[in-house]
Amino acid sequence: MIEAPVLERVLAEALRHGGQFAEVFAEDRSTSSVVLDDGRVEDLTSGRERGAGIRVVVGETTGFAHTADLSEAGLVAAASAAAEVARRSGPDTRGAPVTLRGTGVPDAAEGPLVPKAAAVELLRRADDAARSSGSAVTQVQVGFGSSRRRVLVANSEGVLVGDEQVRTRLSVSCVAVGDTGLQTGFETAARTSGAELFDEVEPEELARLAARRALVKLSARPAPTGEVPVVLAGGSGGILFHEACGHGLEADHIVKDASVYTGRVGELVASPLVTLVDDGTVGTEWGTSTIDDEGHPARRNVLIEDGVLVDYLWDHLRARRGRRTSSGNGRRQSYQHLPMVRMTNTFLLPGTDDADEIVAQTRSGVFVAKLGGGQVNTATGDFVFGTTEAYLIEDGHLTAPLRDANLIGNGPEVLRRIDAVGTDFGMTPGTCGKDGQSVPVGCGQATLRITGVTVGGTAG
Amino acid sequence: MSAHAGHHHDLESLAERVAGWARRGEDVEVYAVRAEETDVRAYDGEVESLTAATSAGIGVRVVSDHRQGFAWAGSLEEAVLADTLGAARDNAAIAAPDEHVALAVPDGVPTAAVDLWDPELASVPTADKVALALGLEARARGAHPAVRQVSSADYGDVAVETALVSTTGVRATGRRTSGYASVSVIAGEGDGSQTGTGFSVGRGFAGLDPEAAAGEAVERAVRMLGATKGTSGRTTVVFDRRVTSTLLGALSAALSGEAVVKGRSFFADRLGEQVADGVVSLVDDPTDARAYGAAAHDGEGLACRRNVLVDAGVLRSFLYDTVAASRAGTRPNGAAVRGGYAGLPGPGCRALVLAGGAGELDEAGVLAAVGEGLFVQSITGVHSGVSPVSGDVSVGAEGLRVRDGHLAEPVREVTVASTFQRMLRSIVAIGSDLAFLPGVAAGQTLAIADMQVSGT
Repeated sequence: MIEAPVLERVLAEALRHGGQFAEVFAEDRSTSSVVLDDGRVEDLTSGRERGAGIRVVVGETTGFAHTADLSEAGLVAAASAAAEVARRSGPDTRGAPVTLRGTGVPDAAEGPLVPKAAAVELLRRADDAARSSGSAVTQVQVGFGSSRRRVLVANSEGVLVGDEQVRTRLSVSCVAVGDTGLQTGFETAARTSGAELFDEVEPEELARLAARRALVKLSARPAPTGEVPVVLAGGSGGILFHEACGHGLEADHIVKDASVYTGRVGELVASPLVTLVDDGTVGTEWGTSTIDDEGHPARRNVLIEDGVLVDYLWDHLRARRGRRTSSGNGRRQSYQHLPMVRMTNTFLLPGTDDADEIVAQTRSGVFVAKLGGGQVNTATGDFVFGTTEAYLIEDGHLTAPLRDANLIGNGPEVLRRIDAVGTDFGMTPGTCGKDGQSVPVGCGQATLRITGVTVGGTAG
Repeated sequence: MSAHAGHHHDLESLAERVAGWARRGEDVEVYAVRAEETDVRAYDGEVESLTAATSAGIGVRVVSDHRQGFAWAGSLEEAVLADTLGAARDNAAIAAPDEHVALAVPDGVPTAAVDLWDPELASVPTADKVALALGLEARARGAHPAVRQVSSADYGDVAVETALVSTTGVRATGRRTSGYASVSVIAGEGDGSQTGTGFSVGRGFAGLDPEAAAGEAVERAVRMLGATKGTSGRTTVVFDRRVTSTLLGALSAALSGEAVVKGRSFFADRLGEQVADGVVSLVDDPTDARAYGAAAHDGEGLACRRNVLVDAGVLRSFLYDTVAASRAGTRPNGAAVRGGYAGLPGPGCRALVLAGGAGELDEAGVLAAVGEGLFVQSITGVHSGVSPVSGDVSVGAEGLRVRDGHLAEPVREVTVASTFQRMLRSIVAIGSDLAFLPGVAAGQTLAIADMQVSGT
């Protein structure tokens, strides 16, 4: 994308007024999407974005500028703008020259992306399957998206690495109509891969899942209120851990003492049944990549082991200040954004209980088959997560389907209340938003039970 | 900043040039955007980050034989412009014909004079912006002994210029500036920590009130100290005006003519029916320059206009862009919105205002009218718990108990739930403390009866 000698000159410009660290992050991303709505092909979109973000770190301050102009003149202008903070902060001491070493960016491979015409065909198959799931299914929207993202990272520590990331997703959203009004069902499949996604995922299967979810809820009753036992199905979303502790373990919150997990490494913060891992190297999961957006190799990090807090998640800047190495969790939405600490694929390791037995041994409560999104306040630990398919548990059996609701709990408290973890396991893709930036992540878990969590229904 | 101020004439001629490359039998719409922004984040008496950036891009729609293709690029380089048009054309070739697909056609509605440009912003030195962020952080930190952390203190501004030109005769240019100061604080220790946020928004730098933003953040955190998990029960809930704005923003998705015509709104088939209490109106008026989302032109270049959606509790109309209007057998009403150059236009609110009731009721007045209930100062989980399709509402909430018409003890970790259908018919009081907050809807203190609170 950019030759090493150019990058060296740009980094030298970035450090012209001094500073401890400078970095060029260049990105070339092309995206493609198709939406089939109400049986019509709509929203055929192609997008292209290319540019570089340049940052300079001077003491506690980061200067940042970005440009869509990848010529040497454009890059130097951005470097010069980013370097302005150094000039503000004191005496002018030009940084040492930078010599880059590394592999550079792999040549653009003509990877097996799904051609648009083929994507339209996949969408039609999903649409047909959803509509034939039941006459009450009145509306079907099917979306396909793929992206190819080439990145390059060069920094003043001599790092020069690149990566190419290809992602593909298919999602189905259905509306069913009945006596209780409109109900929705949603299902999505997404991988860090190209056309291979469809070796594993049948569009029809995905569509039937989404349609069933909407149909089932036509006879749903209001969700209960108050604290009740809750069983989360294996692969139902894993968003529980993402919100209950994942965000609270990000070092940017930790160093600002803005997390309930600050200063608690070595302490029991969860049930001993909980071993939580963040791993950016898992197969083709949605949060997988070879390197993070700061050039560090993605890796497997154990966060909680048998209930004991082992470590936080780190990016380059926070690791540097903590005098340790990055855990490979510095990510950014695009070259127009500063990197920050982010999760990749975050999951609970399976336990030893039989999933069906967990339900059978729950006298009454709520069974969540599928979760929606969630949100957390890391400073208080209070978090919510939504259900999109849930049932009442009565005498150890699943009975009535429930209308969608949010559940609310406090992270450390809910983690202590996990009293059973199944042997089954499933991952789901999601989009994680933080401070205005969205990145793809994976979440995973086995079937588990929380002895009490507050369900936000309307059944008084 | 000054380098680009006033360059929207360049953008217009660029858009016109690309639209001029349309082939016979093909309609082309070109939307070009250029933006400059500055962001400063302060932490612990230092500048944590300073961002200075320019960005530009183009979005091109091609419609031929009722088939639409779209392409965008984050660049205005000459070669990119031609490639983008080509990609949009290729996409149109794959699309299936749809009789309703067409670009907007000028409809003669005059454009309101809405001035959204602060000419002073371009000349504010970066040092002043840095000083504002540092001052905001220092104020919040020093405002109350219980404040132990200012987790973020930000200043940001942006100047955006746009041009939209189509072969169907639309030509619209616009420019806007905006500035904000926002701050988040943490009060209390350990498990007893509480958080509060405050902000100030304006058209530029000069009108911002960092002192008020800091005061608001600190008050919100400090009054939550000692909060306990609330109990379950049915009660009247009083929403803070920020919360009202958020909930109306979520409700507005159900007023989209596209959602309605596609059967994805609980308002579908209810035109002309009583959907809210008799005094209630919902009006979207982007021509009100006070609104955060004020605009002269919509996302297709038609004049923005005042649309009455609910009047005296009766559902009167929906919001339409050209395609949704055609599907619904009506005319577009200048309500197309688009998420920058990378987004296709679609109908949506910009400046939704809820009104109704008589008299002047500030927050204290609404609390007095309610007597007993729960005041909610912030909500979470809107994305996962509020559905404009079914109307179900279930959100995490924190706030203060209302006793004898006054704010009392703090409550956390509860949910409040109902349905939009029910909430619109259970309005107890609408405050007159309307504020044009960031987002697509304004907000005021709002009391709704008979909501389910879930806690212990």
